[in-house]
Amino acid sequence: MAKGMKFTGFALKNLFSKPATYGYPFVKKDYKERYRGRVAIDIDDCLFCGLCARKCPSGAITVDRAARTWSIERMGCVQCANCVEGCPKKCLHMENMYTEPEANKVVDTIAGKPLPKKEEE
Amino acid sequence: MGKRSVVPFGPQHPVLPEPIHLDLVLEDEKVVEAIPSIGFIHRGLEKLIEKRDYNDYMYVIERICGICSYMHGMGYCEGLERIFDVEVPDRGKYLRTIWCEMSRLHSHMLWLGLLADAFGFEALFYQCWRMREKILDMFEASTGGRVIFSVNKIGGVLKDMDKNMLESFVKEFDAMEEELKRLSDVFLTDYTVTSRLKNVGILSKEDAILTGAVGPMMRASGIAIDTRKLGYAAYGDIDFDIITSNACDSFARCEVRIGELFQSFNIIRQAVKQIPDGDIAVTVKGNPSGEAFVRLEQPRGEAIYYIKANGTKNLDRARVRTPTFTNLTPLVKILQGCDYADVPILVLTIDPCISCTER
Repeated sequence: MAKGMKFTGFALKNLFSKPATYGYPFVKKDYKERYRGRVAIDIDDCLFCGLCARKCPSGAITVDRAARTWSIERMGCVQCANCVEGCPKKCLHMENMYTEPEANKVVDTIAGKPLPKKEEE
Repeated sequence: MGKRSVVPFGPQHPVLPEPIHLDLVLEDEKVVEAIPSIGFIHRGLEKLIEKRDYNDYMYVIERICGICSYMHGMGYCEGLERIFDVEVPDRGKYLRTIWCEMSRLHSHMLWLGLLADAFGFEALFYQCWRMREKILDMFEASTGGRVIFSVNKIGGVLKDMDKNMLESFVKEFDAMEEELKRLSDVFLTDYTVTSRLKNVGILSKEDAILTGAVGPMMRASGIAIDTRKLGYAAYGDIDFDIITSNACDSFARCEVRIGELFQSFNIIRQAVKQIPDGDIAVTVKGNPSGEAFVRLEQPRGEAIYYIKANGTKNLDRARVRTPTFTNLTPLVKILQGCDYADVPILVLTIDPCISCTER
């Protein structure tokens, strides 16, 4: 008889304890520090060398050296952090929030400051 | 002589984690023959090796599968490390071992849950997966991702786990071990579970050798082979037994996997005690040239990685032979003569990871 009642202990305990899930969206999830959420750039340090675009396995990053813009297709990014490892100026970092679902494929373009003009002699 | 009919099983089925198609030839509720067909999730990932830098391909190969992702990355890196002839520092080896065993833990917990779901015991399924969530949280804290870790690189690992983190993990594992003892009691002694699993899908020892079973499928038929004994990563310094069973049925496979869970806790404890200080990676420069052949013990069995490089930054070949591919032949064998209602359980006892089978 006792052979078939092994799960009863678990079932009764679950009846009287709080749920194992977060009450999202009322309770915000605290992401761990190393969580790879989104790629972010400090555009002032960027050299526009294009190494991050070459390293990206899914080809989500495009760098335009002449126009000094850095753009990323948010849905193409797989959050592997290869660009963060490879940036020579260390101006890329991973932020702690997940990529939100979108209805369209978003391309975020960030433009750097124009170079200071050299005086013509 | 009963009437024969052909019933298609899959590719969409509530019990399958990934799509596989089986044509079941039935004769009055008994399966006479099963004809598998795969190819529903083929993505051509091996062809992509010709287009990507060998460093960046690391991130592609670990996305072959969500459950076995860590060891695919590790097999690829080990292969290239053998081609470059570099030695990973000891601390890197121990960190890789700890992540491998945590990967085995979460994979077996996932399997236990799916098995419970296969015979309808959904409450037990959710208990197993609730425990698995704690392991996934530990992965998030140490590597940055819950399922895809991206923490291997050629020459070592990218992230370190310091002493506090490792000790907090061991404490959590101690608590988890207690709960797992009670959970495995349900799996191994509850009448509803054992009546679905005992004497179902018997694969004798000779048949296991003939059809080429690997992993827990093979160890449940009494063959004591474990690729971890080869001594890759830090397994050479760690003491562990090979878990086998002689019962050869689905219950034996469940027993072997539960035994491997408890053994993984022991291995992690030993590794955390013995882990040395030092670097976690060496830098590797240049282009590889040569070939390498690596064998690892994935949660599902023995996986073989063959890497061939020709001196440029794109490799020639990165071939993965996954354990589920080899276990499909024993699956066809054990399906012959079984009852129709046992088909989902038998498909699950090989622990199918079809994404790995067709990359």
